[in-house]
Amino acid sequence: MKFTEEHEWLRVEDDVVVVGITEHAASALGDVVFVELPEAGTTVSKDDEIVVIESVKAASDIMAPIDGEITEVNDALADNPGMVNEDPLGAAWFFKIKASDLSQMDDYMDEAAYKDMIG
Amino acid sequence: MSDLKQLPLRAVHEAHGAKFVPFAGYDMPVQYAAGVMSEHLHTREKAGLFDVSHMGQVLLPLGADAALETLVPVDVIGLNEGRQRYGLFTSDAGGVLDDLMIARRAGDLFLVVNAARKAHDIAHMRGTIDGVQEVTDRALLALQGPLAVTALERLVPSVAQMKFMDVAQVAWNGVELWISRSGYTGEDGFEISVPSDAAEGFATALLEMDEVLPIGLGARDSLRMEAGMPLYGNDLAEEISPIEAGLTWAISKARRTGGAREGGFPGADRILDEMENGAPRRRVGLRPEGRAPMRAGVPLFDAAEGGAQVGTVTSGGFGPSIGAPIAMGLIDSSVAADATLYGEVRGKRLPAVQTELPFNKPDYKR
Repeated sequence: MKFTEEHEWLRVEDDVVVVGITEHAASALGDVVFVELPEAGTTVSKDDEIVVIESVKAASDIMAPIDGEITEVNDALADNPGMVNEDPLGAAWFFKIKASDLSQMDDYMDEAAYKDMIG
Repeated sequence: MSDLKQLPLRAVHEAHGAKFVPFAGYDMPVQYAAGVMSEHLHTREKAGLFDVSHMGQVLLPLGADAALETLVPVDVIGLNEGRQRYGLFTSDAGGVLDDLMIARRAGDLFLVVNAARKAHDIAHMRGTIDGVQEVTDRALLALQGPLAVTALERLVPSVAQMKFMDVAQVAWNGVELWISRSGYTGEDGFEISVPSDAAEGFATALLEMDEVLPIGLGARDSLRMEAGMPLYGNDLAEEISPIEAGLTWAISKARRTGGAREGGFPGADRILDEMENGAPRRRVGLRPEGRAPMRAGVPLFDAAEGGAQVGTVTSGGFGPSIGAPIAMGLIDSSVAADATLYGEVRGKRLPAVQTELPFNKPDYKR
């Protein structure tokens, strides 16, 4: 598992990357009440804002961590956004992205480096 | 951040896992360990304790009632001892400078004003009223929820006899509490002014009770939104008249056209005219379809595509007790009461249905 500075976790499954947010991020956001996901089949570029998360406190975005094509999104989040707080590392994955260039993953932190970052 | 003022109960907040945010010059707890959603639902079900010490507490001499009436469209002279009334400072142009609570006690008038407006309000009153005294040595707490009375009467048995909007000065542990049966959540409850050096002991005594949890500013906002209560700076402002804001009920009979002391407050011409002939805009409740919150500032249109902007969301978010997004908006009066509005969120027009306020019906002990 790799981590971005924006508190996303990235799990590589062959050439597909599964993306979610960390427990630290879910806790900082507070109770999530709305999630807007991209459509499967969309081609995205690294740093595109492709997911909107609204908590009871505020709205925030998730950016595409790499270039690629969205292959699948977690529609269950639309009906049950509270999953993001309950199981951020498991059931509450956001989307899967087929990497154009997997070497873009090299830029991201491993778990030890991420834990150092959040202190 | 060092110029932020700290609350007298800072240590209590920290002990309960508070996250702090700057608000009106104070470092305020926005939520505790339980989180906004749980805190909100707990307050509706049991009792929540809010630290609102940032708000302004002001004393006026009893004889200032007539002078205060020149600043507010409220019957202060006719307010009975031991009672409190909601009021507004109006501007010459008929807008709202702040909203406040006015209580008549045996020896004085006690006012509570908004934190962000207290310096303004005090200066504003001193221009007209002699003997305006800011109270700076007291904390202000709110205990809200259906079990608030159960909890507070363990410390102060006489509160069970108080009715909605009653005020009382009551001894507790050698200090005097100033208590009103009122609040800003749409629940039964109390607001309690306590000397700052006794505040920690008093708050701790309440927080040790099973019914009571500390509640932050986040849930305070969602609770007042569900209760349809306006927030100064959002739903109330200098360019919004009290009639537009849906506060006609707060203009006392004695101050209305044909009343015993008709007019005589700033902006009376516009405000009394709007009461008779209608206001150009009105405050409405909105239920956005779907799950996306419509927050303050979202423009409201009369059509899903094209059309015209007919208003703006003034407060909005998620209503935990409603289980859906809720909002309030100020819209042109020409919009039909049953018309669907469209809020533009992130470039998309999302439908929202107008609805009566409050979203969550209060249960006050009148």
